[in-house]
Amino acid sequence: MNALVLKLLVQRIALGLLLIFLVSIMIFLGTQILPGDVAQSILGQTATPESLANLREELGLNVPPLERYLNWLGGVVRGDLGTSLTNGRDIGASIADRLGNTLFLAMWAAIISVPLAITLGLVSVLYRGRWPDKLISAVTLSAISVPEFMMSYILMYYVAVQLGWAPSVAMLNDRMSLLDKLHAISLPVAVLVMVVLAHMMRMTRAALLNVMQSAYIETAELKGLRRASVIWRHAFPNSIAPIVNVVMLNMAYLVVGVVVVEVVFVYPGMGQYLVDHVAKRDVPVVQACGLIFAAVYIFLNMFADIVSILANPRLRHPK
Amino acid sequence: MTDQTKGTTFQRFSQKGMTRRQMLGRASVLGLGVLVGGTVPFRAALAQSPVKGGILKMGLGGGESTESLDPAMALAQVAFHVTRTFGETLLDVNNDGSLDMRLAEDVSSSPDAKTWTFKIRQGVKFHDGAVMTANDVLETMRRHSDEEAKSGALGIMKGIADMRVDGDNFVVELTDANADLPFLMSDYHLVIQPNGGRDNPNAGIGTGPYKVVEAEPGVRYTFEKFADYWDDSRGHFDGVEFAVINDATARNAALQSGQVHIVNQVAPKVAGLLGRAPGISVKNVSGRGHYVFIMHCDTAPFDNADLRMALKYAINRQELVDKILQGYGSIGNDIPINSAYPLFDDSIPQREYDPEKAKEYYAKSGHDGSPIILRVSDVAFPGAVDAAQLFQESARACGIPLEISREPADGYWSEVWNVQPFCASYWSGRPVQDQMYATAYLSTADWNDTRFKNETFDAKLFEAKGELDGAKRKQLYREMADILSNEGGLICPMFNDFIEGVSDQIAGWEQNGVWEVMNGLAPHKCWLA
Amino acid sequence: MMRLPLPTLIGLFITGLFLFTAIFAPWIAPYGVSEVVGDVWEPASAEYWLGTDNIGRDLLSRMIWGGQTTIFVAIAATVVSFVTGSVLGLFAAVVGGWLDQLMSRFVDLIMAIPTLIFALVVLSVMPVTIPVLILVMGLLDSTRVFRLSRAVASDIAVMEYVESARLRGEGRAWVIFREILPNALSPLVAEAGMRFIFMVLFVSTLSFLGLGVQPPAADWGGIVKENKDGIVYGIPAALLPAVAIAALAISVNLVADWVLDRTSSLKGGRNA
Repeated sequence: MNALVLKLLVQRIALGLLLIFLVSIMIFLGTQILPGDVAQSILGQTATPESLANLREELGLNVPPLERYLNWLGGVVRGDLGTSLTNGRDIGASIADRLGNTLFLAMWAAIISVPLAITLGLVSVLYRGRWPDKLISAVTLSAISVPEFMMSYILMYYVAVQLGWAPSVAMLNDRMSLLDKLHAISLPVAVLVMVVLAHMMRMTRAALLNVMQSAYIETAELKGLRRASVIWRHAFPNSIAPIVNVVMLNMAYLVVGVVVVEVVFVYPGMGQYLVDHVAKRDVPVVQACGLIFAAVYIFLNMFADIVSILANPRLRHPK
Repeated sequence: MTDQTKGTTFQRFSQKGMTRRQMLGRASVLGLGVLVGGTVPFRAALAQSPVKGGILKMGLGGGESTESLDPAMALAQVAFHVTRTFGETLLDVNNDGSLDMRLAEDVSSSPDAKTWTFKIRQGVKFHDGAVMTANDVLETMRRHSDEEAKSGALGIMKGIADMRVDGDNFVVELTDANADLPFLMSDYHLVIQPNGGRDNPNAGIGTGPYKVVEAEPGVRYTFEKFADYWDDSRGHFDGVEFAVINDATARNAALQSGQVHIVNQVAPKVAGLLGRAPGISVKNVSGRGHYVFIMHCDTAPFDNADLRMALKYAINRQELVDKILQGYGSIGNDIPINSAYPLFDDSIPQREYDPEKAKEYYAKSGHDGSPIILRVSDVAFPGAVDAAQLFQESARACGIPLEISREPADGYWSEVWNVQPFCASYWSGRPVQDQMYATAYLSTADWNDTRFKNETFDAKLFEAKGELDGAKRKQLYREMADILSNEGGLICPMFNDFIEGVSDQIAGWEQNGVWEVMNGLAPHKCWLA
Repeated sequence: MMRLPLPTLIGLFITGLFLFTAIFAPWIAPYGVSEVVGDVWEPASAEYWLGTDNIGRDLLSRMIWGGQTTIFVAIAATVVSFVTGSVLGLFAAVVGGWLDQLMSRFVDLIMAIPTLIFALVVLSVMPVTIPVLILVMGLLDSTRVFRLSRAVASDIAVMEYVESARLRGEGRAWVIFREILPNALSPLVAEAGMRFIFMVLFVSTLSFLGLGVQPPAADWGGIVKENKDGIVYGIPAALLPAVAIAALAISVNLVADWVLDRTSSLKGGRNA
């Protein structure tokens, strides 16, 4: 590793941290944009002067916004996410297990979908315009057009209820072996893989085709190399950075997919928790969950950039 | 509601059952003193010999992530089942209205029904190894009488003047006579715990056939067989697991895919479809469970009696029975009592859907026309959101603007029910009228979820407790029903059957409509075939 | 008149059909949106072509009204997204300098938060009504349009004809609307199709989660939610709205693919 790479890495990490800080401001502002009074909108029709006053106190609405934000941020930095408005519980404690469950689900979806997406992308470029390419395109087009909840229910019906191959409800516990756990989450993971795969594959294909139009590829082809070897030896290494980007961009789908899939398969993760508390207008919980989701997403993007910096041949072998 | 055990009632089995129950119930009410002990009628049914072993898995709706193991706090279905699985009460009520003696071997009363003596069973052990004594019973009852414990049984403990231990006996002195006291002691909150559970209410220690192993509220509970359990005829499984599945679609799918053996709260609209699935049967039993819309009589705009009346006339009960219950239940009449109860007066006129009267009362109420928010969730009862939409439609035809607010399942019982002024809910009913009214309609009841505070009503309730003349008592209950129906905050459109989906692997199932899922006794009495 | 490929024709036909029924819903739908007409989940019949739903409303009528809601919300949100995103994007590209930097970094920041998550954060304090949904979805999504239009416009802004217009002394608005916009239109139109699909899926997902269109109003995601209990028994009421969502999304996709193929090499901007 050389100084240039190191400098880039440090810059990128610093940028990531800055971004998380700025995102915390956005999320805080996102719950303050309502003209008028948040307390009034939370309580709605049942508001009485006393309950309004109580809730304002609890939300800290009597304190100026800047101070309120700093208090919140200070708490977050110390690991104190605050307490839930609706049940008075410590948010950090309620989230801890759920976050682990969600990450477990998302991680396995990523582990399966990323290599698969890249392979399929390569295959479809290799057979560009022929039936494997067309088939893959048609299937992925359908997959990105079908809402996640529909895909989930279809799998639940056919795979779990009709065939009995997988559990229909994803229940995890600590005493299960890894294999049992994977079996338990197989359906939600399958849905996530399909959703992410389709988007990822399409963009991988586009990124590869872009590289394929470069002059050096043409040279390689003119040298008489086989197409597969052109793609594998020349196009692919140069596509790593764009592909990593594609992969990370699609992690956004994973985040969205997780929310829906958790609701359908009754998975005890962050998604279900967030949705419930949005409906209950439990602002502190929503802020905490929003920040965590965003931070995970930013972290993934940062990771992607780091990989592409490290993978960039021009940076690895400076002249 | 919780806790209510809310159940569902089913009509098919009800005809015969009701009559029998009524007869037996009346016998008891007439102050014949000692009630029959024993499970004799059921022993015969259990003749096919139980197989020991295996794990029972149940998929249950109605659980929250904020629940604890404290029986006093048990509210929704999951907490009810957890409590029933690890703990036992002095006695249970059988489906036919007779009593099943559990931790009490025998019960007797003085001729005036004011002093009741429970003979406590000897040699019963708690899960922590201690031997249960009459003193533990006394402390348990004291804790539930304590305002601070916020017990769901607080309302029914109100009439007790004094409690004491007399050797192996637990003695209750009542301020007024009450022929129904043994029924009250079967309340599922009144699980006997060491020192009344005072040392640690959340420890989940009882005398039941299964010990709590893991408790993840809102997610899952696991239990293992308690080796020292006193009753060999019960508790056949090696362990029991509850998965909390509030989503009805996922719950039924879990049964169909073989992940669980029993699911509760099957919606009538899918009961027929589920029953056609291979290896699954749908069990239904009628009882006293009812689905309700409850208004807080002390909170605007529902503090206006005319508005309450307008809403009562704006709901089409028959349509709800047809669409939501699909034949698995019967029509309600804005009182929590139906013909399954002893001393029910069937001459009370049925309140009908009447848009004209609804409009009249609505105009009289002077409501400003702002939307009236009805909070509802799928866990309120199966089909609650559908029912609310039907209500909304029928109310709209009367010019009453209802707005439906769909609330998340998790938190519904702790944050909406008994908190918000207008919501959907259920009650599973209680064995006798006195207990039902004392639990939820007495001014001071902790579970007075309509905030109904009526002195005349309270006075009649206490008068009825001590009234040993059946005809007079029936008349008092009739008068109370009229007051509640006309002035209360309860809209009770229907009495439901309890419907459960049960795998064919489960043997030993009994029809028991006291509460859902065999009155919570499936883990005790069933086994894997 | 050029010949259209078959998939595009199919896409155009289905999209057109959906739009037609959405616009003329009041005349086409046999029953009212929340009118209870029959028993629960009746099978298809001459009276109710697609059967009835979870409380006995005519499913066809509900699908038609629901389609109107879904499509209207999605179109309105797409318009909000486009007007905001493209105007600001073009403006940023033309003005350049610190203002461009500021706007671009702000957009990066918004995009660092997954759209659904940010929408949920905002919806936790806003009343969930259709105008609010449209605004929230439209504004959050305008970031992607901003990026695309800025990129396209930056390419165009250095073209000679733009330069010459500037030298002629034309104002910024003139440059944006008369020189750049017409030339940036075709990639933006293709992108509009993609954004529209995203909006359809987005509002359906929100409604499915119970945080979108509120009953008794109908939209496709909400109809799925209401009928989902029947899904594992093959009740069509649960499946048909989801099929409609997928059919609409696929057909718009087919059309957008064709537009995209015909226009420049700009392939980006598909990510939600």
